[in-house]
Amino acid sequence: MKAGGTAVRETAVRVVDVHPFERQGAYERLRDGLRAYRLITAMWIRSTMAYRASFAMTAFGNFAATALDFAAILLMFSRVDRLGGYSLPEVALLYGVSGVAFGFADLALGSMDRLGRRVRDGTLDTLLVRPVPVLAQVAADRFALRRLGRITQGLLVVGYALAVLDIHWTPLKVLLMPVMLLSGAGIFSAVFVAGAAFQFVAQDASEVQNSFTYGGNTLLQYPPTVFAKDMLRGVTFVLPLAFVNWLPALYVLGRPYPLDLPEWVAFAPPVVAALCCALAGIAWRAGLRAYRSTGS
Amino acid sequence: MATDGETAAPGGEPAPEAPLIELDGVEKVFDVRRRTGFLRGERRQVRAVDSISFTVRRGEMVGYIGPNGAGKSTTIKMLTGILTPSGGRLRVAGLDPSRERTRVARRIGVVFGQRTTLWWDLPLIDSYRLMHRMYRVPDARFRENLDRCVELLELGELLEVPVRQLSLGQRMRGDIAAALLHDPEVLYLDEPTIGLDVVSKVRVREFLRDLNAERGTTVLLTTHDLTDIEQLCRRVMVIDHGRLMYDGALSGLHAVGESERTLVVDLERELPPIEAESARVVKVEGPRQWLAFPAGTSAAPLVARIAADYPLVDLSVREPDIEAVISRMYAGKAVS
Repeated sequence: MKAGGTAVRETAVRVVDVHPFERQGAYERLRDGLRAYRLITAMWIRSTMAYRASFAMTAFGNFAATALDFAAILLMFSRVDRLGGYSLPEVALLYGVSGVAFGFADLALGSMDRLGRRVRDGTLDTLLVRPVPVLAQVAADRFALRRLGRITQGLLVVGYALAVLDIHWTPLKVLLMPVMLLSGAGIFSAVFVAGAAFQFVAQDASEVQNSFTYGGNTLLQYPPTVFAKDMLRGVTFVLPLAFVNWLPALYVLGRPYPLDLPEWVAFAPPVVAALCCALAGIAWRAGLRAYRSTGS
Repeated sequence: MATDGETAAPGGEPAPEAPLIELDGVEKVFDVRRRTGFLRGERRQVRAVDSISFTVRRGEMVGYIGPNGAGKSTTIKMLTGILTPSGGRLRVAGLDPSRERTRVARRIGVVFGQRTTLWWDLPLIDSYRLMHRMYRVPDARFRENLDRCVELLELGELLEVPVRQLSLGQRMRGDIAAALLHDPEVLYLDEPTIGLDVVSKVRVREFLRDLNAERGTTVLLTTHDLTDIEQLCRRVMVIDHGRLMYDGALSGLHAVGESERTLVVDLERELPPIEAESARVVKVEGPRQWLAFPAGTSAAPLVARIAADYPLVDLSVREPDIEAVISRMYAGKAVS
């Protein structure tokens, strides 16, 4: 047996050529990640276009399914005038904002719940040998334009709500509308990433993740007044979904907040979203590190 | 380019003797949890790789073999930066793959025999274009590498065909090309010939041999097919139970494993067992006889002797089974 017993020599002193691609600061990582994300999503779009008819049908199906979802709320309002003290257009605003925010996150990261499967069947390894961030590759996995259906439907519902509601508009409220949608998308994205990170440890947890993402979206479609206090505390302070639409939208509607929160919380969503994304990023790194040390 | 990195170091000492791959006491320990009750479980540590040390020089072509679960894949995963070693020191091109995964990724090519990295629904060329951009290969370089792979792997007709329509052999060739478009310094192949027909196997082997000879690309391959090793690798490493059992030439492996090759001889008629000092007859069936001889020696003298003394009609040589060689080696070690 001739296993190399040669003295270990430190070779790091050698001048290694530095390709621009290899300088890895936080900014470069982000830029490389976004670039890789763009490249891979383009491949998935081309792949779906290989089956055009199928794409057209699933896109329509997706839109129809979400449309029916709102029809359920319309049906409810054919029996009652108010739901938890809220009128139909007010509920529509909550519904639409949550739908659009979730839709953006779903479009961007919707297949991250497949990570557990990739871990199980070993295809995650093929991503780890590529010179681009793994998160970008997993996020772009199975990118599907049909998910635009949910965003479209959400925007239509928001449009309906804004047209019907008699809101006393101020510049702050106008500004809050796009901020609310983007921050909401950020919060939902963080939930997607954190859920995927959890799947490094528990590979069959994709349904747990779905209950937080899809379940969270369904929850937010109804006014906070129909839920119990403890539930509201949970989605405000633990998993801060209340910042997606409830708190900012209630400010726009001029309605009282749940839990006697101060008025400025309506403007907290960007901060909450940034915080959530940072935490999700940490969770992701921890999950990937755990995978690379256990390989299971 | 990455490949010029070593020689282009200004004023730096050229280090041709510096090994491309270095492992020193590398270990990988997994925690395995086994359920013993509803909520109870016990933890057990499994040493998948147990203090392995070896070096591979630039331009070498090394076979890495061992039974299933011996630690082959775990080693490859540590070399490619997928897994972080639990202990020891590991360097590829002077870099630590677990800490500098993306930098190492640009310098290596990886082919997983059982998992394609090609895009299922898209023409083969689309996967290559993605590699081109993902690895930021300069245009001229990409064209040159692609043309070369297309020619040598006979992919010309297949470039516009969706990958799902390719045969297994065609897809494997496609995967090998995809791993080489960014000029990797080292190519890792995990079971590159598994499931391929004979013609495809020959083509893949020829290509790898050319790649190694012309480009000097270092190749490390795991395989179950001993013929792969025989035709490609001067050096073979055997791993079992996470330990490096053997590191050297293939012929030496047979000597260590005391394995035997079998010469099958067809004579003109039924005759008593052939007498030859370097071989023993293990079976006689009518005019056909089976002779066992040490795998480390050449068959030529034995064949010449038999041809001179007996009415020889036909003959063939059967190689020893690698699994058998290894298990014999392992048994021998356990006894001593």
